[in-house]
Amino acid sequence: MKNSSAWCSILKSFFGFVVGLSLALTLTALAGENPLHVLVVLMRSSFGSSYDFGLVLFYTTSLVFTGLAVCLPFQAGLFNIGAEGQLTMGALTMAAVGILWPALAFPWAPLLAVLAGVFVAGLWGFIPGWLRASRGSHEVIVTMMFNFIAAGASSYFIVGALKSTDSQNPETASIGAGYLLKNIDPIHGLSPDSPFNSAFLIAILMSFITWLLLNKTVWGYELKAVGLSPEAASTAGINAKKYRILSMILAGGFAGLVGLNEILGSAGKFRLGFSPDYGFMGIAVALLARNNPLGIIFSAFLFGALQKGATDLDLETATITRDFAKILQAIIILSVAGFYAAKFLDSSSENSSVLKVSILTRIKKWLKKA
Amino acid sequence: MAQESLNLFSLLMSSLRVAVPLLFAAYGGLISERSGVIQIALEGFLLIGALTAAILAHYTGSPWLGVLAGACAGIFLAGVMGFFVLALKVDQIIAGTAINLLAFGTAPFVTKVLFDSTGSSPALPIESRFTVAPMFLAAALSVLMSYWFYQTRSGLVVQFAGEAPQALEVAGTSVLKTRWKSLLACGALAGIGGATLSTYLSSAYSPNMTGGRGFIALAALIFGRWKPLPTLLACFFFGFTDALQIRLQGVNSLIPVQFVQILPYLFTVIALAGFFGQSRAPKALGQTLNRG
Repeated sequence: MKNSSAWCSILKSFFGFVVGLSLALTLTALAGENPLHVLVVLMRSSFGSSYDFGLVLFYTTSLVFTGLAVCLPFQAGLFNIGAEGQLTMGALTMAAVGILWPALAFPWAPLLAVLAGVFVAGLWGFIPGWLRASRGSHEVIVTMMFNFIAAGASSYFIVGALKSTDSQNPETASIGAGYLLKNIDPIHGLSPDSPFNSAFLIAILMSFITWLLLNKTVWGYELKAVGLSPEAASTAGINAKKYRILSMILAGGFAGLVGLNEILGSAGKFRLGFSPDYGFMGIAVALLARNNPLGIIFSAFLFGALQKGATDLDLETATITRDFAKILQAIIILSVAGFYAAKFLDSSSENSSVLKVSILTRIKKWLKKA
Repeated sequence: MAQESLNLFSLLMSSLRVAVPLLFAAYGGLISERSGVIQIALEGFLLIGALTAAILAHYTGSPWLGVLAGACAGIFLAGVMGFFVLALKVDQIIAGTAINLLAFGTAPFVTKVLFDSTGSSPALPIESRFTVAPMFLAAALSVLMSYWFYQTRSGLVVQFAGEAPQALEVAGTSVLKTRWKSLLACGALAGIGGATLSTYLSSAYSPNMTGGRGFIALAALIFGRWKPLPTLLACFFFGFTDALQIRLQGVNSLIPVQFVQILPYLFTVIALAGFFGQSRAPKALGQTLNRG
């Protein structure tokens, strides 16, 4: 039974994705483009060269982190739409550490930066989680407000204390050379010109750890129990508040690791607007993966490819801009969520079992009459 | 001295002006949330309203037709949202997020096709723009809203849909229909709010011109505890912070402009945490009603 529902989820996600993508492509026909040509450009721009593919994996890395940041609280029954703010705070802190102590040497420098970044990002998740648990404040609104507060903080520091002195762009100064992951990077060479870096390996590792945590430990079992029914979990002696707060701290930490990919892994500085809304895309990633940490790797890859593809559509078509990525994401989200909500294909759902019973009784009645 | 009081007066006037789109969106959100539908798509409704109004006002020369078009665009987008959250019962937060994305992806697409520019619509001449009318509209709306919400049957029905949907069903009124109407009304109001952005506060549609106002409007209605009059006051207050931060841009002041910008969000979090007295959301907010 469990197995068949897993297959069901995969099928639904697949159908949802394909239907959503087709709908969005059809939309391009309205603007006079050839949908097939658009699809070809999307594919070519993602897989055309090792540079393109490296960029796709670079996006994938950040999306795995934000996907996990949405997935974990969801398992505990909370909706974290604050990954964007959490990743901003994490990345900002990493940049600040790298600018304040530029002389630190390699193995310790990135370690310190990551610890500090994850701590602050975790704090940015902790506060909404704690407010929810102790004061009942709705986490959706609080995390949304925290996104804006983080955006304000980052712009304050970028034009102020961390300002770049040799650039007119809205970005911080560069971090010390000892902080860069390039110092030992086993996989950057696979796509040397792209920002692809070893944070990718950390992202994959985190997905596996989260999967193990959720599925093979008492901790994960209790966390999911809280998500299914906080009242029942409390009755069973599980401290629901503790799990919800913890899930938000971990979520913040995961989101903060986007800074590992962006600041320490590639850019070496905090550029205003570096994130194409990774935090919100994380919602789509987690949704498509049905909150399965291993599935998140695949759905992050799909959305990473779409993100990369859409930036090239800007150049290769007359009417489609890079914002087309947003239309794609929106329609895929709605389509996947619609497939799940419609209980279609669901053998174990209540609706269909009720339906089955009523059909059976009707057949029996009909047989009696005959 | 005279200079200073003049400054304060003009600051207050511009606060009132920028509060207009906030008020429309916040009242729209209030109707939707009080009926039980979580409304995080106000930003999308505002953007699409602003775009449609600017286009119509550009082609017809009439800002009133622009407002009408903005309302229709808001209703349309709210209808799409309603199909997913009310007919299919998709999670309201997921759907709201998608609706915002859809609006922000569609707007540049439309300007590119119509005006061959990735950003703005052509500037509207002064006769296709509003001078003061939206301010009076907003004032009329706030009076009407308080009356309608508490004194009429349909206003009470909306409140019941969000507080005690089962009771409403027992009384013979459809919760689903009530939520549909409320959601569409929300789209219309927020669409009009968007229209005032492009035909009243500025003279064209420009990319991302909403700049988070939809979320500020949501913050205002939460800060206003989901009630019409306090929401009105919250809109004034957030309008004031907005006017102040515009005034502080590029000025070397003691208070950093970013701090003024985050004030509405900060206050909303503090209000939600219950430090300004109890703030309670409608009981059935976000819940779907399963019949049978």
